Amino acid sequence: MHVLRSLDTSFDSPAAPAAQGDKTDTNSAPKLGRAIVVTSGKGGVGKTTTTANVGTALAQRGANVALIDADVGLRNLDIVLGLESRVKYHVLDVLEEKVSLDEALVTDKHSETMRLLAAAQSREKDEVDTEKMQALVQTLRERFDYVLIDCPAGIELGFKNAVAGAQEAIVVCTPEVAAVRDVDRVVGLLGNRFKPQLIINRLRPQLVRKGKMLSVEDVNAILRLPLLGVIADEPEIIITTNKGVPLALRRDGETASAYHKIAARIAGEDVAAPAPEVKESFMEKLGSFFGGRRA
Amino acid sequence: MIEWLKRFFGAPTSSATAKERLRLVLMTDHIALAPDIIDNMKRDLIDVISHYVEVDRDKVEVSFEQEDRVLAMLANIPIVSVNRPTPPPPPPKKKEVPASASAAIGPPPKRKRRKKPPAQSPAAAH
Repeated sequence: MHVLRSLDTSFDSPAAPAAQGDKTDTNSAPKLGRAIVVTSGKGGVGKTTTTANVGTALAQRGANVALIDADVGLRNLDIVLGLESRVKYHVLDVLEEKVSLDEALVTDKHSETMRLLAAAQSREKDEVDTEKMQALVQTLRERFDYVLIDCPAGIELGFKNAVAGAQEAIVVCTPEVAAVRDVDRVVGLLGNRFKPQLIINRLRPQLVRKGKMLSVEDVNAILRLPLLGVIADEPEIIITTNKGVPLALRRDGETASAYHKIAARIAGEDVAAPAPEVKESFMEKLGSFFGGRRA
Repeated sequence: MIEWLKRFFGAPTSSATAKERLRLVLMTDHIALAPDIIDNMKRDLIDVISHYVEVDRDKVEVSFEQEDRVLAMLANIPIVSVNRPTPPPPPPKKKEVPASASAAIGPPPKRKRRKKPPAQSPAAAH
């Protein structure tokens, strides 16, 4: 899967199309990458962690990935990626033409082919010009295979700006009533244009089994979206986030592999929808034998 | 163990409660109609039906149900008598005779609702 173009690591040329002059495109018109917004409506469901890990997983496949932190005022994506000390400029600096795009793009520590455009921490969401944001995403699409946009929580201006340049959407939902309700709302706002796909995050199979948590089926019976993947609620996600080393850098382990499967599905591979499995304990078997589980 | 006993004796699980709450909250989200509009609609609906059959006004129930992102309105209208009352409203207070009239206008919901005899007429989906 390394058919994707290799990255011009220097990024010296400020003129974006010139940077890809050596590309193997058949025609002069450059093939545009895919701009995907990662959104959810509700905060705290794991949008940023998902963006970091899915971006990492795509980069691990050899793709050129740009991550944009669109959460202006609450910059977080740099932390999750462990890049906080490398960020000098941010998205508003670029939009206001204070620095060039290349100056603001931070190369990822672990993935050679991934770049981060950080959010401004001490600015407001309404300072972002929607049209300029759209143009920025378009420029990035000329240079990257994937542009992942980490959307802020909410459905106000920050959401609108994050969505502005995207053509596709990934919606992140946890198996909770409030999260599903908000995703339902966001999907309604997005409409069909963004072909929203669903990632169910923080699922605890053991609780689902006991009837104490909504299942993947319960959630998607309501949302009815193409299922991109299911991520279990694992301590290793917290640990890797603490360290600023995305879990998807690993090749082994169920959760890391769930992220790799998501990346494969995004790339168009026909991978079976992953669902975390937990073996039934003896007592659970006994319980379901006698009482039967209730839906 | 207590949990297990509860389940054994048929107490709903918390995920079932969550599912039901989610269903209800999304229903109201999607309707986005003020409660008084629903009340008015209900009254008009009863008035129309009362022209043809005698209904038990007090027991009429109107609800909304979600099926695939399509909203359906369900009306449960107990019919007291199929003879057209003269004058239509109000119906006399008497024992309810279960009669079924299923005036299916919209697509009937596939999901089974909690049993609510005597008559259920799924009406007008949009």
